[in-house]
Amino acid sequence: MYGGGYIFDEPNRKQQREEQLHDDPEKLAAFEARIARGEKIEPGDWMPAEYRRQLIRLIEQHAHSEIIGALPEGTWITRAPGFKRKLALIAKVQDEVGHGQLLYNAAETLGKSREAMINDLLSGKSKYSNVFNYPAETWADVTVIGFLIDAAAIVNQVANSKGSYGPYCRALERICYEESFHLKQGHDAFIELATGTPAQKAMLQDALNRWWQPIMHFFGPPDKTSNHSEKLMQWKVKMASNDDMRNQFLDAYVPKIWELGLTLPDPLLRKNPDTGKWEYSDPDWDLFFEVIKGNGPCNKERLDVRKWAEEHGRWIRKALMRPEEMERSALPVA
Amino acid sequence: MQLQEALQELITKMADDELVIGHRNSEWTGLGPVMEEDIAFSSMAQDKIGHALALYRILQEHFGGSDPDQFAFLRNAEDFRCCHFVEMPIGSYDFSLMRHFLFDHAETVRYQALAQSKYAPFQHLAGKVKGELKYHTLHADAWIIQLCTAGKESRERMQAALDTSFQLAGGIFEPGPAEELLIAEEIYPGEAALYTQWLGHISPVMEKAGLVLPELTAPVYGGRTGKHTPHLQQLLNEMGEVFRLDPEATW
Repeated sequence: MYGGGYIFDEPNRKQQREEQLHDDPEKLAAFEARIARGEKIEPGDWMPAEYRRQLIRLIEQHAHSEIIGALPEGTWITRAPGFKRKLALIAKVQDEVGHGQLLYNAAETLGKSREAMINDLLSGKSKYSNVFNYPAETWADVTVIGFLIDAAAIVNQVANSKGSYGPYCRALERICYEESFHLKQGHDAFIELATGTPAQKAMLQDALNRWWQPIMHFFGPPDKTSNHSEKLMQWKVKMASNDDMRNQFLDAYVPKIWELGLTLPDPLLRKNPDTGKWEYSDPDWDLFFEVIKGNGPCNKERLDVRKWAEEHGRWIRKALMRPEEMERSALPVA
Repeated sequence: MQLQEALQELITKMADDELVIGHRNSEWTGLGPVMEEDIAFSSMAQDKIGHALALYRILQEHFGGSDPDQFAFLRNAEDFRCCHFVEMPIGSYDFSLMRHFLFDHAETVRYQALAQSKYAPFQHLAGKVKGELKYHTLHADAWIIQLCTAGKESRERMQAALDTSFQLAGGIFEPGPAEELLIAEEIYPGEAALYTQWLGHISPVMEKAGLVLPELTAPVYGGRTGKHTPHLQQLLNEMGEVFRLDPEATW
């Protein structure tokens, strides 16, 4: 996983607009020409302040989504049924934490430290993908996450990997490679339930019903209501529109779900044969924004777990990061 | 007790130790003190669980045992033969790290001995896990030394973790009921010999770290005869929660 399609931005952007005004017009033109030619921007290169800010925001939120996204599935590692699932799930969640590490490193090249990013996550200033604010109630939820949410994230990440910022693109290429294995393991576990006993099928259908709206939310609000993405598209920070990514996801995965005899809780869901586009009921976007604000079913729980990990790990990080203090008290007791 | 039975007993306790410590270490996935360490613990947890699976397969293939999933996920605590040390909750990272250090060196001396075993499946498995264990102990040693020499708080924490762990770790070497048969057949050297070798492995690292070895009082025995702390049954209830919904189903 887990790059959510929707990247939260703070409403007050006045300061950034002012910074943008100070960008040297010649440098800006040269920068935009490089991007238009398909060149990658590297950490030492000149870049507009707003480009830097948007990228930090994007990569940081992606990184947070990886480490927070490890939690709903992580709680099922100790309950995974059988050796195969247990080993695969540990490996998968381990990869997600590794993706977090890669992405924090990529964001650090833009000048914000990992510690500052984690602090902003814990204070609520910086967001992560909304989809992880929902509970994983049963084993079937793990298979829905592993199959469909990973699939949705891949749509988003493959698009982003074609973007303009070198370190982010390279991190994403590696991430997408691993994600393709995650998708396979998720699909395998999903099919096992879909073709299993009546109780297993019912468990899966229930999970699918609960996760469908968060999955539809995943790519963000419809294009008609989404603002200020034109510049981001020109700078190749944002590579595809929310609706296009959602459509691509539906096109690839709804038929697979239906083929297994499962249903989706949207009577209007269908592919329009004339336009080739998917039609669906609008998910509850008010709810989406409520969850972003922190009022989802698991926002508090997720951040509390992260805070626990930060607090309990503090003495270890201290022992790693302060050589001068180490020297002063390094003498063993006997 | 016959040789076959003694061998089965040995394999079961080794496998149960590996499964339970792997399960415990996997509980750190997503919660580690730094991301790099989170990843390392998850990776080692997979190795341990993989060793358990390999041993359960030996039981299945050579002793007519049941399918590894059934054997691991359906037994209750009294049928497990793991030591108390691995059952203990993860606690703070100091305890988990100290357990990792003490257990992995014990595992290393065991597999070094099994590499010379007259029992071919042991030899074969020992060859496979050798490379993994090298990195596990390298990881443990580096962290123990780093934390013990990094300042007062971390040194005190690690010493306290050692004090808590040491007698429990001694329980890894609880003698089996008929291990003299296995020793006579040169299948393995017996727990007392492994214990001595283990002390030889951990002592130089502890010395370098400035850790004080606690008094060698009575180790915590009982696990090898099915007597466990309440923590084990809780762990097994959780581990089997989904599998036990329908043990005949495939998951």
